[in-house]
Amino acid sequence: MTITEKILAAHINKKAVSAGELIDVRIDLALANDITAPLAIQAFNEIGAKRVFHRDRVVLVPDHFTPAKDIPSAEQCKTLREFAKAQRLTYFFEVGQCGIEHVLLPEKGLVLPGEVVIGADSHTCTYGAMGAFSTGVGSTDLGAAMATGRLWLKVPESLKLIYHGRLNPWVSGKDLILYTIGDIGVDGARYHAMEFCGEAIQKLPMSGRFTMANMAIEAGGKNGIIEPDEVTLEFIKPRTKRPYKIYRSDRDAHYSDVKEYDVSKIHPQVALPHIPSNVKDVREVGKIEIDQVVIGSCTNGHLDDLRVAGRILNGRKIASSLRLIVIPATQEIYRQALKEGLIEIFISAGGAVSTPTCGPCLGGHMGVLAEGERALATTNRNFRGRMGHAGSEVYLCSPAVAAASAIRGRICHPEEVVRK
Amino acid sequence: MILEGRIWKFGADVDTDAIIPARYLNQSDPKELAKHAMEDERPEFIKDVKKGDILLADKNFGCGSSREHAPLALKAAGISCIIAKSFARIFFRNSFNLGLPLLESPEASEAIKDGDRVRVDLDTGEIFNLTQRKKFSATPIPAFMQALLKDGGLIPHLRNKRKKRG
Repeated sequence: MTITEKILAAHINKKAVSAGELIDVRIDLALANDITAPLAIQAFNEIGAKRVFHRDRVVLVPDHFTPAKDIPSAEQCKTLREFAKAQRLTYFFEVGQCGIEHVLLPEKGLVLPGEVVIGADSHTCTYGAMGAFSTGVGSTDLGAAMATGRLWLKVPESLKLIYHGRLNPWVSGKDLILYTIGDIGVDGARYHAMEFCGEAIQKLPMSGRFTMANMAIEAGGKNGIIEPDEVTLEFIKPRTKRPYKIYRSDRDAHYSDVKEYDVSKIHPQVALPHIPSNVKDVREVGKIEIDQVVIGSCTNGHLDDLRVAGRILNGRKIASSLRLIVIPATQEIYRQALKEGLIEIFISAGGAVSTPTCGPCLGGHMGVLAEGERALATTNRNFRGRMGHAGSEVYLCSPAVAAASAIRGRICHPEEVVRK
Repeated sequence: MILEGRIWKFGADVDTDAIIPARYLNQSDPKELAKHAMEDERPEFIKDVKKGDILLADKNFGCGSSREHAPLALKAAGISCIIAKSFARIFFRNSFNLGLPLLESPEASEAIKDGDRVRVDLDTGEIFNLTQRKKFSATPIPAFMQALLKDGGLIPHLRNKRKKRG
């Protein structure tokens, strides 16, 4: 069996499951945010449920339009706050403790290897980086799961993606996943588990692994998953005392397909408008001038991401023709970035630093685009109108490419700005 | 269940930001959401769509975010059914959970034209193009999802199950 099949089997108390089987799984954690929770709470109430299945295992994170950007958003946050209070939820993250859900939950030790996690947010697949099964659902599913602690799902086929070789300078997990989506397309892994492995993955820090699993959904995947190793255990150790179980795929596990990549041939990647699979090598995009650079999001708002950006921006100024917005994903990352002098670097370079929020990634607030404007962002989607006006454009890249391009004023390879 | 309506045809990989842009997600009233369905993709859609109309698309319809607001907006706009070559996974679940039927039929997706009138039999998966007088078949909807549709979605379905249990 694959790691995905093993985790799912364990959550229906069976020895084995196979792809295509419909199962009713026990879930370890249910998550919702300020956009999806109000509908989930409505569903929860309409079923006639009284209590959530476990008050430690239902987590609400108001991160999308917060700090509340307008009155309706404030009302949505209020709905979450009141529900959390009425249900005595242990984990409701108020502004000030809050962060972007998919960076916050691993940081707080709320997600562990071998667990089944569902969230009313498509990027819930992020936690697969820790060897958990995690997937995004809609609000109705989430509302029902909050009540029952269970969810029906189809055991997915697994797609094995093997990354061989050594990474080139300035190439990160973001470049690997963009390259992969460019190769297999936005529905290349539809309904599939994407199992990332190979020596290049083993050498990636947790931040890069989170980035890869995070964007499994951009290839249509049900979940992304990476077998836990020393790097995973090192990450978990200071964050939890809860027990967890590590699963690994069998040597004879069945895969619907196996793809192999030589990462030494992969250079920094950019996804051009208006679909994440429209990917090119950064050296081949031509002269693309930009109006705004965003460094942050559940995909690339990790401390490592800010460190890379800081190294490039240190002592330099951004082009006068653009705005740079940097958003640490959590308060803890923000605080650490302050201690390390990164925030000082960003501000000195001419950038704006925001409190944690999903904000501009989905055109919510903190950097919405006007008609005809072009953004380069470390976020995850570049659909038409994603960051604002339907006549604006979004290009996706790594923090290194974003930082270097902010200095140049146009999309460029980091080595144009700094030698590694 | 038999449905009949005008076809609204869309392309491949229509994402949830196109179906309902995130700028309208600061609330979740279906009627408000419906006012902005497909606003950036095809502005005339919301002006002319009639109750019972059917949406037709190419592959991977509804990719992107998990926002249930997307099928909710289309259903509230009057769409009775969506036919496509294929659907993104979360959108597929969300639609059935809300009682909005989806049918997969690559042939119908290719051949049916925008503005055609179509009759759909949800029990058999048969699609009949009244304008072109042509018949297509879709993958039949699994029995347990038919049950969801009959009750009007997952929530009424769970409520009914509770009632039966007494």
